[in-house]
Amino acid sequence: MLSRVANSIYWMCRYIERAENVARFISVNLNLLLDLPSERGKHWEPLVMITGDQELFEEHYPDYTQEAVINFLTFDRRYPNSILSCLAAARENGRSIREIISSEMWEHLNTFYLELADPRFQPMALQDPHKFFKIIQMRSHLFTGLLDSTMSHGEAWNFARIGMMMERADKTSRILDVKYFMLLPEADLINTPIDNIQWTAVLKSASAFEMYRKEHHLINPRMVASFLIFDNQFPRSIRHCVNKAQICLERIMNGSANGAGSNPAEKLLGRLKADLEYTDIDDVINQGMHEYLDNLQTRLNQVGGAIGATFFNLKPLAEASAGQQ
Amino acid sequence: METFTTYDPGDFYDELIDADGKPRPGAQLLVDKIESLPPGDLTMRQKAAETLLLKMGITFNVYGRDEGTEKIFPFDIIPRIVPASDWQQIESGLKQRIFALNEFLQDIYNDKKILKDKVVPEDLVLSSRTYRKECEGFTPPKRIWCHVTGTDLVRDRDGGFYVLEDNLRCPSGVSYVLENRQVLKRTFPQVFDDSRVRPVDDYPNKLLEMLQYLAPDHVNRPTIGVLTPGIYNSAYFEHSFLSQQMGVELVEGQDLVVVDGYVHMLTTKGLKRVDVLYRRIDDDFIDPEVFRPDSMLGVKGLIGAYKAGRIAMANAPGTGIADDKVIYAYVPKIIKYYTGEEPILPNVPTYICDNDADRAYVLAHLDQLVVKAANESGGYGMLVGPHASQAERDLFAEKIKAEPRNYMAQPTISLSRVPTLVGDRIEGRHVDLRPYVLFGKEIYVQPGGLTRVALKKGSLVVNSSQGGGSKDTWVL
Repeated sequence: MLSRVANSIYWMCRYIERAENVARFISVNLNLLLDLPSERGKHWEPLVMITGDQELFEEHYPDYTQEAVINFLTFDRRYPNSILSCLAAARENGRSIREIISSEMWEHLNTFYLELADPRFQPMALQDPHKFFKIIQMRSHLFTGLLDSTMSHGEAWNFARIGMMMERADKTSRILDVKYFMLLPEADLINTPIDNIQWTAVLKSASAFEMYRKEHHLINPRMVASFLIFDNQFPRSIRHCVNKAQICLERIMNGSANGAGSNPAEKLLGRLKADLEYTDIDDVINQGMHEYLDNLQTRLNQVGGAIGATFFNLKPLAEASAGQQ
Repeated sequence: METFTTYDPGDFYDELIDADGKPRPGAQLLVDKIESLPPGDLTMRQKAAETLLLKMGITFNVYGRDEGTEKIFPFDIIPRIVPASDWQQIESGLKQRIFALNEFLQDIYNDKKILKDKVVPEDLVLSSRTYRKECEGFTPPKRIWCHVTGTDLVRDRDGGFYVLEDNLRCPSGVSYVLENRQVLKRTFPQVFDDSRVRPVDDYPNKLLEMLQYLAPDHVNRPTIGVLTPGIYNSAYFEHSFLSQQMGVELVEGQDLVVVDGYVHMLTTKGLKRVDVLYRRIDDDFIDPEVFRPDSMLGVKGLIGAYKAGRIAMANAPGTGIADDKVIYAYVPKIIKYYTGEEPILPNVPTYICDNDADRAYVLAHLDQLVVKAANESGGYGMLVGPHASQAERDLFAEKIKAEPRNYMAQPTISLSRVPTLVGDRIEGRHVDLRPYVLFGKEIYVQPGGLTRVALKKGSLVVNSSQGGGSKDTWVL
């Protein structure tokens, strides 16, 4: 398939996943506030911290109020990772490949964006935020469902899945990084009393609370981190995302004559997968949670870059070879 | 009330209602249906159709506005009906015209017989901005230049059809024909069925057959692409739609590269050779090496590969000369010259400003004429004399004197009208008709076409950039 098309479908799915994650963070925070009546103002800043875009926020807003943060993360077109900006970008990408994706996907994405961009629907985000952000999450799930059930699971679909998995792994690692830093600033405080409510919120930010309960029952920071990084079956754990992305990449490469692991994207992703298999939470704590996650994020970015260079940006190479003749 | 009881066909030819206020043959079923609807129902159906179009994302981009400004192409749910007898004349007339224009293109870029025989003035052709010197001595694959044409027809007060202009470069709008039909089938299913309307849905298939026919003979399963300027182009929806319907790649200039003299697509598996391009980028932008060097949309080396016979292209470069609005005046003579026949579809009478007698007449009658620049489209560069101010007419008089070659003038045609839903009333609005013609192994005229309607009361300008909309066209 065309490189540009692969690039668009990859990014379309990344942006949808990104929008869903932002919506879920806000949702969880709103719930958390109900349990923490005091110090309201302080509970919105971490949300912007997870995105890593405090600088841009502070340029445009004086305080981390609920209204300001919700507005920034949801509707601010000046902020490229707001839900609205993500959906606009997903739709732009979708529009450039609408002959590739199914018309169900396109029509859903189009309506999703048009309604969110419609000023008549926007007051609901502040008036009934629980419902509002739930709707956004469900629409994103619907999109993923349509991707799975209305489009052939060929090359394009595999690129879509890689985009989604890379984004999801990145977001899970960010939640964990920020929350771990805030809740347990010193690494050796493993046995200090912990705030159950806050750690529950961490799990909920990754939709992981119920599944964690089934597996490990009691909340404990070490196991929460282990679950979010290493669990093999939970669909938002970093390991699971990396494994799925690797399978998709393998399927894409099987279509060509090359052997396994022959290009930079395959190499980097394969190594990352192996490392996740042969590391456990004790290794991580020894190394330092933040150091580990920081390194993980760098490696995820490198994989993303390698996928781009291997599949999406062939023009410089082709032109160089044309110039040599 | 959306009813025909108070409908006034006015002093124009009305496509559905005759001068006595009775439905024309073929329109009876439709009129009966509309009359039988409860009040408000037609408006509701209109709204439903608009919602459907927006949801399907059938929109065009408006230039010069904020990004993301998209509109649906305004659409009216009362169809225009063309009886079989009228259609027969249109179909045979268009086949004759397109055949002759193709001969003309082949001739002027090669032997130039028609110029030597002084049927068309040589300097008129050679001085046109759309004449491509680069095409001289070239014969395109299968000797076809204008593969896809959209010819604008109008019907005057006398009920006769006239050719208003030819579009031989990248005519757009056929996707609206197909989508309007989808919407109308849902709006008036029973009437549609009973009226025995000829299908238009065959178009993408015919287009694909034509493109395959152009591929080099030794290529068994040609790779075909639709070349688009990208998502910000106003016709992007159509490019995407056609490639989807044909099941071929939709490519942008950035997806293509010329290596070893052949055109390739950049794919996730490396380079893949392309055999045929249905290009929707104008000549000027298609290859920065040959035409405009600042073009970001085109493909460097494409024309070289094309002239070497390594890729086929529809339409061929250089076809713009045949829809030059001054050359247009000579088309009846061109038809006669190459076919020996009289034109089946007449031209609108045309005054050529480069011709001294004509120019004197035009300058003296500017208040009665429509003046057009030779190479503008979309309703730009045009003066509608009877509706213009004295200052506007004076300005055009200066322009004509300064550059007579670039202008022609025509009497104002009283475009026919079709009943149209305006608010909650049905009123007559002026229309034209653009049928689409494909030139492959044979010439195919899609039974239907785009009926463009001037939605503003009294307006004669049907272009979408100037407040026009569209209707479904039912050929019986």
